[in-house]
Amino acid sequence: MSETAPVTPLRERAGQALQDTFLQEALRIATTKFIGLRREAFDDFPEGEALRDRARAIKEATLQHLDQHVERLVDNVERRGGHVHYATTADEARRLVLDIARRTGARVAVKSKSMATEEIHLNDALEAAGVTPVETDLGEYIIQLAHERPSHIIAPAIHKTKGQVAELFARELGRPTEPDPEVLTRIARAELREKFLVADLGISGANFGVADTGTIVLVTNEGNGRMVTSLPRVHVAVMGVEKVIPSMTDLAVFLAILAKSATGQKLSVYTSLVNGPRRGGELEGPEEFHLVLLDNGRIGQLAGPLREALSCLRCGACLNVCPVYRQIGGHAYGYTYPGPIGILLTAMLNGPGSVTELAHASSLCGACADACPVRIDIPRMLIELRRDVAERGLPPWSERLVFGAFGGLLRRPALYRLAARIGRVLQRPFVRGGTVRRLPLAFGDWTRTRDLPPIAARTFQERWTQLAREEHR
Amino acid sequence: MTPPARAAFMVTCLGDLFYPEVGERIVQLLRRLGVAVDFPAGQTCCGLPLFNSGYHADAATVARRTIALFESAEAVVVPSGSCAWMVKHEYPGLMTEPAYRTAAERLAGRTHELSQFLVERLGRRQFHSAVGGRLTYHDSCHLLRGLHEAESPRALLRGLAGSEFVELPGADECCGFGGSFSVRLPEVSTAILDKKLANVEATGAACVVACDAGCLMQMRGGLSRRGSRVRAVHLAEVLGDPR
Repeated sequence: MSETAPVTPLRERAGQALQDTFLQEALRIATTKFIGLRREAFDDFPEGEALRDRARAIKEATLQHLDQHVERLVDNVERRGGHVHYATTADEARRLVLDIARRTGARVAVKSKSMATEEIHLNDALEAAGVTPVETDLGEYIIQLAHERPSHIIAPAIHKTKGQVAELFARELGRPTEPDPEVLTRIARAELREKFLVADLGISGANFGVADTGTIVLVTNEGNGRMVTSLPRVHVAVMGVEKVIPSMTDLAVFLAILAKSATGQKLSVYTSLVNGPRRGGELEGPEEFHLVLLDNGRIGQLAGPLREALSCLRCGACLNVCPVYRQIGGHAYGYTYPGPIGILLTAMLNGPGSVTELAHASSLCGACADACPVRIDIPRMLIELRRDVAERGLPPWSERLVFGAFGGLLRRPALYRLAARIGRVLQRPFVRGGTVRRLPLAFGDWTRTRDLPPIAARTFQERWTQLAREEHR
Repeated sequence: MTPPARAAFMVTCLGDLFYPEVGERIVQLLRRLGVAVDFPAGQTCCGLPLFNSGYHADAATVARRTIALFESAEAVVVPSGSCAWMVKHEYPGLMTEPAYRTAAERLAGRTHELSQFLVERLGRRQFHSAVGGRLTYHDSCHLLRGLHEAESPRALLRGLAGSEFVELPGADECCGFGGSFSVRLPEVSTAILDKKLANVEATGAACVVACDAGCLMQMRGGLSRRGSRVRAVHLAEVLGDPR
């Protein structure tokens, strides 16, 4: 099942985001901080650029033989006593997890932060099946309390100010408090401790799956991921199938750049290596371990136009630097994955029809490609998506008409010059003091907030004859 | 490489229709520097707006025209980073026929954005300021991240006698233009612009200089609407006599 398309048009969603002063403040503070921290982290790390190239090369080489690497991962997970399941669709993935929950007899499932489980809308399915999912990442916990969805890949509650979180805790938990992050964290921690102890099921995502060793790697900052994967009797990890990497040596390359790109940390606070269920003689760890490998549109892109996006590490760096994301935040995008990479992932998961508008939610400024640790050329693929959308005839007829006419003018210089002359006549009523301050119809979308230069009384082409003469003087 | 004695000028659609005085200055400037200027007749637009919106067949047709127009030019000068990027970076890939592909690659190699042409091809960095006062510089996205050029425009601005150059905080951040983006999501485009203009005004500069007609249209439009004293000008408008 694809995700449900947003009801309102993108422009309207973006407009609402722009009007939300809390959101604007939260976004400004958080993205500015992330940008600065990332820059500092790489400034202090001269080998970073070469490692980014290396990381990309590893991803490319792995995708080249993805089937073999996945097979090795499966073999090694099973050798360590884990169970591996393969889900072609989001629906299949949900059913697999629900089956495990049912067999476990789980009433409560603790979760560590996972975009893959967001992508398959797992929480709704768990609730419907009578299992209470409890998000244990602080940001995820906040938005779960608020009945919202993540608005950033690594900072799900980035859209909330600390004041809003304090209000939320007062309302939902009956714990009125000052908007002090430390106090708020302590409250969440106390609430969550109990949940860890009663949960039979722990659900996580995976940042990497190491084929050589059958290890699932989780990169977190709060330690909750470690508890989710070790305290409950059963642990399920849901992993996008493209997250497999060949070896621990490769893992070192990714770990060196992932946290720096995401939060500007040299390393995240916790890097958890999960090696399947508890074995004889071990004191902790789950009795059962399940790995759900999620396709959901990924495999189809191995030979598709969005292949490069399969290298994404989900660090969120492209969101932080994106001028559009920084203005509208994640919810306005309308799907699970926001930001520049999110548009590509949305198209991958839900088909090109889902991004008819979203493919244009970018000024193509290229900041995303610059920030991407594995140098995914996001603007290039956005243009490819636009092409796909245009060639399928999905844009509104008015747009196709405008671009058709525009292309016609550009092919015919005489017509182009004539159009300039006609434009000069038509603009007359609107020119005031050498500038156009208000235009009717669709043109008004520019002039509502910005002045427009009028078409010059004499264009450069019309001036050229005289200019050419001057050369010989 | 010896500096070229002749160059063909690609005025670009925005340059032709909205900023012809910029084109005039460039022609005069190049002549002062000993470069004869040709202006191939029949120019329209490089096709970037079509390309960026996904209308690639139309963009390729327009590109083929442009390639033919400039085929015999020894050097091509473009006053806009985005159009230069289109020609240098995207034309070859748009061409499916081998002959056009080769021609596109040749054109790509001979096409220069104005600041790059002045600094790299002509080796000229020292000019008198045509405007005086304090100047700051906005990196256009395509020039900076597309053509990886941050230094040439700054070298020229630092080399201006009679003007002071100050860096713009967040100079490398988009102005919010983005071609059709500016009218598809005009409110977002304007919000991005507001941030840019606040940074510009905080520098105390009299002019913000850019090397792209798109950014100029966006920044000028915003500055003039808010009644600002700051002017958004093209690089060619601040370059006076060579020194």
